[in-house]
Amino acid sequence: MTRNTMIDGWYPVSLASQLDAHGRRTALMGEPIAVRRGEDGNAQVTGGNGRDLPACIRYGHVWSSLGDPQKPLFAIPEADQPGRRLVEVGVVRVRCSPLRAVENFLDIAHFPFVHTDILGAEPHTEVQNYKVDIREDEDEVWATQVKFYQPQAAKSAEGGITTEYMYRVPAPTCSVLYKTCPPRPAEWDVITLFVQPLAEDLCDVWPWMALFDDETPMTDLIHFQQTIFVQDRSILENQIPRLLPLDPGMEIPTRADLTSVAYRRWLKRHGYTYGAQLVAQ
Amino acid sequence: MKLYDYALSPSCYKVRLMAALIGVTLDIRPVDFHPGCEHRGPELMALNPAGSIPILEDGDLVLTESSAMLVYLAAKAAPQWLGNDTAGRTARVQQWLSFSHRLTASLGAARLHEMLLRPGNIAALREQGIAALRELEAGLVEQHIRGQRFLASDRPTIADVACFPYVALAPDGGVSLDPYPAIRLWSRAVRSLEGFIEMPGIHRLHELTPAPVLKVGEA
Repeated sequence: MTRNTMIDGWYPVSLASQLDAHGRRTALMGEPIAVRRGEDGNAQVTGGNGRDLPACIRYGHVWSSLGDPQKPLFAIPEADQPGRRLVEVGVVRVRCSPLRAVENFLDIAHFPFVHTDILGAEPHTEVQNYKVDIREDEDEVWATQVKFYQPQAAKSAEGGITTEYMYRVPAPTCSVLYKTCPPRPAEWDVITLFVQPLAEDLCDVWPWMALFDDETPMTDLIHFQQTIFVQDRSILENQIPRLLPLDPGMEIPTRADLTSVAYRRWLKRHGYTYGAQLVAQ
Repeated sequence: MKLYDYALSPSCYKVRLMAALIGVTLDIRPVDFHPGCEHRGPELMALNPAGSIPILEDGDLVLTESSAMLVYLAAKAAPQWLGNDTAGRTARVQQWLSFSHRLTASLGAARLHEMLLRPGNIAALREQGIAALRELEAGLVEQHIRGQRFLASDRPTIADVACFPYVALAPDGGVSLDPYPAIRLWSRAVRSLEGFIEMPGIHRLHELTPAPVLKVGEA
């Protein structure tokens, strides 16, 4: 058994705003952990054997690691821009591989069928060509120039528009989506999917957003994103095989799946295989 | 009419679905149930001491039980949905309305446990949910033998709207609907109704492509 290279990564384990001295019991990659607010106001995370785990608070969440993180949590510079509304969407548990949760987030081809009349609608099902690369300097997967016709792309969108996206995978179980911002065309809305791996086939998903939208009530923003994610949930729980296959042979990707192909290649290159299936069966 | 609503709540969806099926427009007031627990805050607790949603307000009338909301909407806008034309049918509708609480307490609680991490004994909740599904399956089979597609009649009533959401969402709580063919047929019949709306986890019916017609020698 090779060492789990994902052990040194940062993972979301709680909403920072809901952290109290009593704390919550949860798990990280099979190990029970406890998360609480310490007397100094900082987050404290304890592992299964009582050892202190690394902890930091960023992007509305508490982050921790079972190992020894070699670098700080990835940066989202836009999150610190003044004027953005930070939306804590809250946790949703899904019985699926944490990697499958991220892969689904990267896919746009399913919009007209799963998020019908919100993020897509027939007959506008075509995924136009877009660019994907694994950026060596940042060590991240990026998909750019992604365009899709959407009937109601965001809560702040009136009617159908062609929305442009950029997708970014800065960590194996996290993705950041940059999306056309209807009220501020020069800026991008930031929508993230932070996934806490509980087991190889079970995860807690913490969506979070940093939007330019001064009009929409906060509860509407939360409900919009929860609606989208729970539409995905039933699909994710029925994907077979449950673990994400990293070797060719199990599935036949199409051109629209370029981001998924790059994501799987990047996972395999780093040995990020917690929640993955290595040899096609 | 104002509905205190949560997009992911099957009980709130009952009221939205009923209103959509009979063409009533609701004024939706979203409640931050998760993660904000707004339903347990002072404003909503003053309106509903039980601390639950949905809450339906119409002038002086404040309703906090979803079955009462279905009765109210139907009585006001589409009385044929009450299914109260005979003593037997009236009683049958009431029987299923009461039964629907068992679905909420079992399948609904299993779903909250599995999806939003609410506390509960998941094995016991699933067992109770399966018992309720078996009873519903038997009831629907008897209806088929009587030549009726819906729970209390050959046309849909508030009984169907009351039972449909938690049943359709059973897989969210880890309870499969595969063993229940009559329930699946009924779910199809409900989803085919004119004006039907979906909620996350309940998908609309996609149009069936016509069966291929093969001519002799083509196969």
